[in-house]
Amino acid sequence: MAVKPSVVEVTLESTLTNVEVAEEIARRVSATAGFDEEDQHKIEMAVHESMINAVWHGNKNDASKSVWLRFQIYGDKLEIRVRDQGSGFDPKSIPDPLEEANLLNVSGRGIFLIRTFMDDFRVEYVAGLGTEVTLVKNLNYRGETKQGGTGREHESHSSTN
Amino acid sequence: MSMKATVRQIDSVTVVDLSGRITLGEGCAQLRELIRNEVTKGNKHVLLNLADVTYIDSSGIGELVSAYTAVSNQGGQLKLLNLTKKVHDLLQITKLYTVFDVHDDEAKAVSSFPKANA
Repeated sequence: MAVKPSVVEVTLESTLTNVEVAEEIARRVSATAGFDEEDQHKIEMAVHESMINAVWHGNKNDASKSVWLRFQIYGDKLEIRVRDQGSGFDPKSIPDPLEEANLLNVSGRGIFLIRTFMDDFRVEYVAGLGTEVTLVKNLNYRGETKQGGTGREHESHSSTN
Repeated sequence: MSMKATVRQIDSVTVVDLSGRITLGEGCAQLRELIRNEVTKGNKHVLLNLADVTYIDSSGIGELVSAYTAVSNQGGQLKLLNLTKKVHDLLQITKLYTVFDVHDDEAKAVSSFPKANA
């Protein structure tokens, strides 16, 4: 018998204060899904960075805008979607923070950390809605922490007209 | 919980005890202001004690890099003390662990700075 996915969906005012609210939800959902403490922290950090991107870069720190989050627990994975009301971004345009020349850059590590901590990361611009990122963490993933999470193999960036 | 900072002076070394969250917004702004003040005062030997830092994000890491660069540009040195496992792992992942001089013993860290009149 197929396991029915569990879903938590919330819309938050686009403020930095609500980044911590999203973290708390991520921590509780990932614990409920069965992730150990280390993976819970990785998921929490990935959601933190996604919320920062949504609030700061996507919604330009405009509190009249909102961020929509959806956590869906499947039997073998957790899928998280974070959508802002911004005009999208191309993750390929972000310089590799591990390059020698970029090591002392002050910014540009957020997407890298998300990719490192999660098993899949996708970005999609949905016309009329905003930019949606999808993060996936496999429940049975017990490998070592991935290094150099700038691999593009799981990445997509598309526009929907 | 926001970030808190306490500044101590040991010989020529300014020890900054940080606690809480170093994240985009208040935490990063506080650290930036603190480092700017110390550099302005001519304090060029800075030791950041991160033992009680509970959370640091990509912006917080960027702020550590910014502090390192600001002190280095004034001919000084900025070192890190007592990394938690989470901060240690983040610096490893971002390849910054080899950029920073990291210590886990305060006395040894303080003595690793050049002497005041050297």
